[in-house]
Amino acid sequence: MNRKIAVVAVAGVLAMAGCSSDLPGQGAGNASSSKQPTAKSEFFDQPEYDRQLKFRTATAVNLDGGGGQAQPWEQALDPKLVDTAKFAKPGGGHHLCFSNAAVNNPWRQVGFKTMQEEVKQHPEITKFSVLDAAGKDDKQISDIQSFASQGCSALIVSPNTTATLTPAVEAACKTGVPVIVFDRGVKTSCPVTFIHPIGGFAFGADGAEFLKEKVPSGGKVLALRILPGVDVLEQRWAAANQIFSGSGLKVVGVEFTDGDAAKTKSIVSTYLQREGKIDGIWMDAGATAVAAVEAFQDAGAALPAIVGEDQQDFLRMWSKEKLTAVAPTYPTYQWRTPVIAALRILTGKQVPQEWVLPQPRITQDNLKDFIKTDMPPLHYAMCGCDSMPGYPAPWK
Amino acid sequence: MNSRLKWRPRLTDGTAPVLVVLAVLLVALAFAGPAYSEPAGYLALLKRAAPLVILAIGQYLVIVSGGFDLSVGSLVTAEVVIAARLINGDDGNTVWVVALLLGFGVLVGLVNGLITTRLLVPSFIVTLGMLLVLDGAVFLWTGGAPRGALSESFRVPGRGSLEIPVLGQVPWSVLILLVVLVGAVLFMRGGTGRTLIAVGDNENAVRLAGGRVDRLRLLAFVSSGLLAALAAILLAGFAGVSAQVGRGLEFRAITAVVLGGVLLGGGRGSVVAAAAGALSLEALFSLLKLVGVSGALESAVQGVIIIAAVAYAAHGAGLRQKLRIRKPAPALP
Repeated sequence: MNRKIAVVAVAGVLAMAGCSSDLPGQGAGNASSSKQPTAKSEFFDQPEYDRQLKFRTATAVNLDGGGGQAQPWEQALDPKLVDTAKFAKPGGGHHLCFSNAAVNNPWRQVGFKTMQEEVKQHPEITKFSVLDAAGKDDKQISDIQSFASQGCSALIVSPNTTATLTPAVEAACKTGVPVIVFDRGVKTSCPVTFIHPIGGFAFGADGAEFLKEKVPSGGKVLALRILPGVDVLEQRWAAANQIFSGSGLKVVGVEFTDGDAAKTKSIVSTYLQREGKIDGIWMDAGATAVAAVEAFQDAGAALPAIVGEDQQDFLRMWSKEKLTAVAPTYPTYQWRTPVIAALRILTGKQVPQEWVLPQPRITQDNLKDFIKTDMPPLHYAMCGCDSMPGYPAPWK
Repeated sequence: MNSRLKWRPRLTDGTAPVLVVLAVLLVALAFAGPAYSEPAGYLALLKRAAPLVILAIGQYLVIVSGGFDLSVGSLVTAEVVIAARLINGDDGNTVWVVALLLGFGVLVGLVNGLITTRLLVPSFIVTLGMLLVLDGAVFLWTGGAPRGALSESFRVPGRGSLEIPVLGQVPWSVLILLVVLVGAVLFMRGGTGRTLIAVGDNENAVRLAGGRVDRLRLLAFVSSGLLAALAAILLAGFAGVSAQVGRGLEFRAITAVVLGGVLLGGGRGSVVAAAAGALSLEALFSLLKLVGVSGALESAVQGVIIIAAVAYAAHGAGLRQKLRIRKPAPALP
């Protein structure tokens, strides 16, 4: 008997949750029901935020000074050069080792292809060994250990997570092999160089500032994020949140899409039904930007100002539908730099201790330069690969 | 007990409550969002829900015959990834790829069914294994990121709509869903469908009465695989390529079936209720979004629903009788 009452109670509560919670939604709720992004995220770091925002307008310099404009993947922002003479190994015949976190998304696939092609351009690299950790910390730790006995001339690491991989990288440094870390960092300064684009705050701010400029004050903005808790993505949102909170824009929702197009489309169409009109879409990564725009098209709604990324499908849609859009990039050309850095180190040339690469964005003005109709829809335009000898076959 | 002297809708015991829940949710939607004041809002909801409803119908066939099909989520992902790779953006490839996808769904269902019936491995384990196999195979084949692109014509069933005089633009997926639903209802009303339920209730009795239990089970798994393939085509059409598209769909489908009052372990429940359960689930999630509840709560809500619905089903018969004596309407608000 008691059990039955409990079951009725649970069923009742469930059903009531459905019924009663629409009451506040009728009146004041519509104005304040959404999460207001007032509280600062624990991932927000004011000095680092300021530094990254400053880097966006700073001029990248050539490492060897003067002599025309080098390619962005060979440049650095505000470099503090360190000596590498002790690692010099004249005569070539280098064995380059690379411990990769994963190739489990299109960004990493394009990047890894680019790196492989970069290696091919240098005859002095006679062997290129790669171990793929498939997104697992423990696998990557043992990968790095196993490289210790393989006679690497230099070790490149793209860490899966920051804190967990730190001891493994420290151990690798102790073997005397020059270690190069790129993409995500580690909490030690023992690698010879740490290569990365400006960073997540700059990425998030690029998009948010664009919306602040294009969406009229009081306009409704929906923020779509992939998932919580990943520091690079949290930084992007922390910066956007910071900018939105000081603007007249109304953030009507912050939703997680898991990077899934169907979920993104459902979320956006529900928000269109709820709000009637959405003026801007901010995204922490552009993979599902096309699905978001399709939701507007299918609902017959006016297309919003949108923040995407440099994937071909989005760039083509941008051009075709004449979107008001911007594409901050986390350039895949950064996969070329570790190879370049390794060769500099092995020839005893200086490298920056923290090698900050420029992080360009695609705007209406330079959009047409990045649309490549013959490339796959998930190809990243900012790969710096279109002038490489094998292009475009390996990237298809 | 159940006299069939005159025709009446086949509303099995668990059907009425879920229809009430669904009606309540649909009315609540009308109050919560201005978009639901006209048919277009509900059609958009149906369009979003169609793949899940189709999956739930497939899952129902397996569950009511006493099994589980956990492989449908990863089957959907595999189908979408395969479609993108094979079509590669070329409209000329659409037709044969659709045929191949449906064939692949049948094949996976066939393997699930044969292993369950011939090797006598519990379907829970077989389909869990299939989930992992498909997940791994997709990962191996793609390296974790899908390649290729879908063609415009492939996306029509999931994204396009048909102009119908009174209703306006009716999405193709809604029409497809209707066809599947009517087909499933007719099937379950027929002799084979009734025997399928009997298999879930008491396999030995059916066998002794001369029913071909293994063949029926196999049919349920094959239908589930085929419907999962269809759901995959609609999902891919709806939103495009994604390697995450099928994640968690198997549990969503099971939640929907359970919400429809279908008994886990088989032998009781109606296909209409299972479909209504799926639609209720989607309507509930839409409602939660409309009133501003975070999407992060979805899986928690899903968990509560599974537990509550199974508890209700377990104690339901006695409970419903008591409620009926006190007042005619069910106690749901």
